[in-house]
Amino acid sequence: MHDSTAARTLALGRLLPLLGPLALFVAWDIVVRVHWVSPVLLPSPAATLGALFTGMAGGALLGDFLYTVLRTLEAFAIAAALGVPLGILLGSNERTYRSVEFLIDFFRSTPSSALIPLFLLIFGVTDINKVAIAAFAAVLVILFNSAYGVMNARKQRVMAAKVMGASRWQIFRDVLIWESLQPTFVGLRSGVSMALVIVVVAEMFIGSENGLGHRIIDAQQVLNVKSMYAAILAAGILGYLLNVLFLLLEKSVVHWSGR
Amino acid sequence: MTLETVARAAGEVVARDVPFVPGPIGTHITIRSLTKYFAGTPLYENFDLNFPKAVIVSIFGPNGCGKSTLINMIAGLTPIDDGQILFDGKSLRDTKIGYVFQNYREALFPWLRTVDNIGYPLKLAGETPGEVARRVEELVASFEVKFDLRRYPYELSGGQQQTASIMRALAPRPEVLFLDEPFSALDFEMTLFIREKLQDVFMRTGTTMILVSHDLEEAVYLADRILLLTKRPTRIADIVPFEAPRPRTTATLSDPLFIRTKARTLEIFQREVRK
Repeated sequence: MHDSTAARTLALGRLLPLLGPLALFVAWDIVVRVHWVSPVLLPSPAATLGALFTGMAGGALLGDFLYTVLRTLEAFAIAAALGVPLGILLGSNERTYRSVEFLIDFFRSTPSSALIPLFLLIFGVTDINKVAIAAFAAVLVILFNSAYGVMNARKQRVMAAKVMGASRWQIFRDVLIWESLQPTFVGLRSGVSMALVIVVVAEMFIGSENGLGHRIIDAQQVLNVKSMYAAILAAGILGYLLNVLFLLLEKSVVHWSGR
Repeated sequence: MTLETVARAAGEVVARDVPFVPGPIGTHITIRSLTKYFAGTPLYENFDLNFPKAVIVSIFGPNGCGKSTLINMIAGLTPIDDGQILFDGKSLRDTKIGYVFQNYREALFPWLRTVDNIGYPLKLAGETPGEVARRVEELVASFEVKFDLRRYPYELSGGQQQTASIMRALAPRPEVLFLDEPFSALDFEMTLFIREKLQDVFMRTGTTMILVSHDLEEAVYLADRILLLTKRPTRIADIVPFEAPRPRTTATLSDPLFIRTKARTLEIFQREVRK
């Protein structure tokens, strides 16, 4: 008796995260049904989800979705390949980091979208342009986090290695890189989100033929709101999944984190 | 063992630039003219000290007198401003040392399994995996380890982690073992266990040990000598011998000699704190 109550409470607990989205869809449905918002601006949730499913199950939405995924991952790969090693290198030489710190902080604080026209001048209206600007946006976040990961390495671990006779290089290889892993993952997670944001913006405004950004703005132009909302939801799902993926990756690689 | 005794033995006043004055026979670590400033004020100034070989010395003193700083300077973890520290006449570079930190959580590497943590200093020394495994086996046997060394450090209890840190420090067969308040994060049961293990290692190997402690009973119990320091600028208040036979057991704690030594140590300590 007692056990089954406990089991039921546990099962209910598992369902709690679904409550929010469910409430949102119900509220959305009510708003549409009682015509608080014109259906021209807001389709019903069922119609939107229908468009999302048919679109993702081999429809045109899937193609745009995959283009956005591809560009985001390309930009992210470039940013990670540059940002992580450079960050670790700069972090292990604090004087060098201090000398470029202002530049990093300045460009990290500059909205990357403000640089889109500049990138247009350099790369023209190309696919490379979208990837380049997204990579630029992501690289500084990643670099910054990796650098601080090395600089904030636990002093005592470094001391432990030193007292065991580790050389500077051995301390770098056996301690600093490992210590920087957790902050590096924070940087990678922020970086991939940043890349996605910039890719979608670039797809909207840098004469794109495809991608979720292009699809959203195209649907808006012709007031195809169902398609627009479906694309927005797809972009949201993509961002969410990328975040979850990186959290899982972090948990399995940095297994000691928080323990 | 103080500056004065060394100077008298050499028949001259020791100044900064005089030739190196060796300690008496049986000295392991010689510290001469050690000077260390913190934020412009002297912590140690022209500090001289000899640590005898194959002896456990406990360092005890008022808060902030630089007990840990002293062993960190000897172990090369804190740079010194001036002076010289030699091990059997050799520099630190040519000396194998082991160091056990108070905070085992931040001393072990959580990305390595416990067994690899213990073997890490041997790997650094270029030993083959076979040699490393053999040495770790020896340590496991001598520490009667019953927990799974394939686990990561964070999966072990505090006492198990500190046991692993001590095994790691002992793995390369160090000439000197430094222990910086190794028991202060442990429960009493674990403290007793590790104390016995350290005494065990000491009786078998005669490794010189330097123990920093903030617990008087602990400082006396394991030690052959208790080094008492003054408030800063730090000098030697006294060096109290404790010659109870080993192995010492819980019975030692109620032995008249132990109680007398503890009382004498406490007296000197209180005198120094009140100064």
